[in-house]
Amino acid sequence: MTAEIQRRYAAYVASRYRRARRIAGIAALGESLIRLALATIAVWLGLMSSPALALTFSIQPGQPFTPMPIAVPGFAGDPALAAQISQIVANDLKLSGYINPLDPASYLDKVVAAEASPNFNNWTTIGAQALVAGTVQNQGGQITAAVRLWDVSTGQQMFGQQFATTPDNVRRLGHIIADAVYSKLTGFKGFFDTRVVFVSESGPKTQRIKKLALMDWDGANLRFLTQGQDLVLTPRFSPSTQQVAYMAYAQQGNPKVFILNTANGSRQLVGEYSGMTFSPRFSPDGSKLVFSVEHEGNSNIYVMDLATRQAQQLTNDASINTSPCFSPDGSQIAFESDRGGAQQIYLMNSDGSNQHRVTFGNGRYATPVFSPDPENAYIAFTKQDSTGFKIGVMKSDGSQERIIADGYHNEGPSWAPNGRYVMYFTDGGGATGGASVWFADVTGTVNVQVKTPGFASDPSWSPLLR
Amino acid sequence: MLSEMRIWRGVQFAAVVASALALSACASQQAQTGLENATQATPGSPQDFVVNVGDRVFFTVDSSDLTSEAKGILDRQSTWLQRYPRYTITVEGHADERGTREYNFALGDRRATAARNYLISRGIQSTRLKTISYGKERPVAVCEEESCFNQNRRAVTVLNTQN
Repeated sequence: MTAEIQRRYAAYVASRYRRARRIAGIAALGESLIRLALATIAVWLGLMSSPALALTFSIQPGQPFTPMPIAVPGFAGDPALAAQISQIVANDLKLSGYINPLDPASYLDKVVAAEASPNFNNWTTIGAQALVAGTVQNQGGQITAAVRLWDVSTGQQMFGQQFATTPDNVRRLGHIIADAVYSKLTGFKGFFDTRVVFVSESGPKTQRIKKLALMDWDGANLRFLTQGQDLVLTPRFSPSTQQVAYMAYAQQGNPKVFILNTANGSRQLVGEYSGMTFSPRFSPDGSKLVFSVEHEGNSNIYVMDLATRQAQQLTNDASINTSPCFSPDGSQIAFESDRGGAQQIYLMNSDGSNQHRVTFGNGRYATPVFSPDPENAYIAFTKQDSTGFKIGVMKSDGSQERIIADGYHNEGPSWAPNGRYVMYFTDGGGATGGASVWFADVTGTVNVQVKTPGFASDPSWSPLLR
Repeated sequence: MLSEMRIWRGVQFAAVVASALALSACASQQAQTGLENATQATPGSPQDFVVNVGDRVFFTVDSSDLTSEAKGILDRQSTWLQRYPRYTITVEGHADERGTREYNFALGDRRATAARNYLISRGIQSTRLKTISYGKERPVAVCEEESCFNQNRRAVTVLNTQN
């Protein structure tokens, strides 16, 4: 690096620091702005990524797969923060099922700083293919983390990046670093900087108490949004992640769809209908809500413009039409209907035109949910047949069906924002059994339980928080 | 055999009523108290309705069609409800756990509506009747067997006593 480039780089870093600090100062005033402070503030220019990478990642349905072995030794710098952040990074990567952070007990070097030149022999010896090195510093309330990812076999840097935030966002900083590492190693977008809203369940099965609960995707920062007085079900995040649509049994009358503001706890009723309203889901841009309205034993799908509160009926059929979900571009809605005799998945244009059936396999198909990844156009669903309730994925035309989670009772898919994983709940049944939350990857290779307090169901995975 | 089944169900329902009345009693005491209540139920009381008329009808898998047995129970309900017009009624629709949650809300509603419409056809004023669906959220029997699922696929006629 020439002196000129070094000087320009130093000036660049300094300017980004100033901007980040400014944002952080403003952000302290409101939650919605805090995420800005997490922006990457400097690209590490010391060693540019080499275009020729030795590491490749591949996972295919039905093929043998071994998670990529890597090393995440302790980060250097502030000891407590460094340990916390490196553990979050390692835990996220391990939970992904695609990457295997090796046991730190096997590491010959316990701590590797971002600015250090690693001894690669010490990492090839233990079988690590990549190495995450980091330095975390706390400078007057500003947390900075410099991170480098090394390809161990070639000794090439895969990326180097510096992050900054305030102390209350340390966990998110860990998730954002993990997202960057995961993305570089697998080629898929990250999904760790996310939250999950779900139904936390307690009490006997005949009188279950259900509360809406919100947590980071790894189970940290658990917070109850309702306290169990009302039966609450099927929460779904808005794209902004600040609002949750759900169904609640009020003290009197039919259960209804409400929208809850998670920041201030206020809730509003959606629409004035005499019958039950249920099965809400936001449009991808958050401007609309699609849901079912019951009338005289039939259920039909409505869409409401949340700004004008004008609703439009999309299906008009003497049958059950429910579980509507917009496509990522908002042009189509998938839903389930028993108009043909039993539950099957249908598609329609978002104005209700061109309603047509897309599933014709054996069994019942329910709860279609479009992948947020527009390139793959997958729909995740619940399939019920003689052997159980399964979670599957298929193309939106019904082709290429693949079961990714089999069992006695799996239900209610919700996509990770990168379109690689589907979260759902599973219930073993029986008098003392209860639901737990899991996620499977689209190939069906990975299946991981999500940490929840006790029984949990109806998970909804947020978009990336940034 | 059929009559035995009916008696057994009667005992069960009596237990349900008793547990609602005697919150602090333990399970076995509730069942016994329920039996005593069954014989002592005051005519026109909610216990009388549950024990001597039958407050619920059952459905086959994924169906909201009323069986002939269900119609018989609803016939007796309508006779009783006409004799005791002070009650308004909420028909609760329920589904078993072998279905997806949202579909089961709709299915429970369809069952409640089927029972409600039958009661109306037997002369109960529609203004006395409301419906609510609990989907699969409120099972009365919890096991992984058909014997439990059979009891959970139900429409329950609940008397509202606020007036």
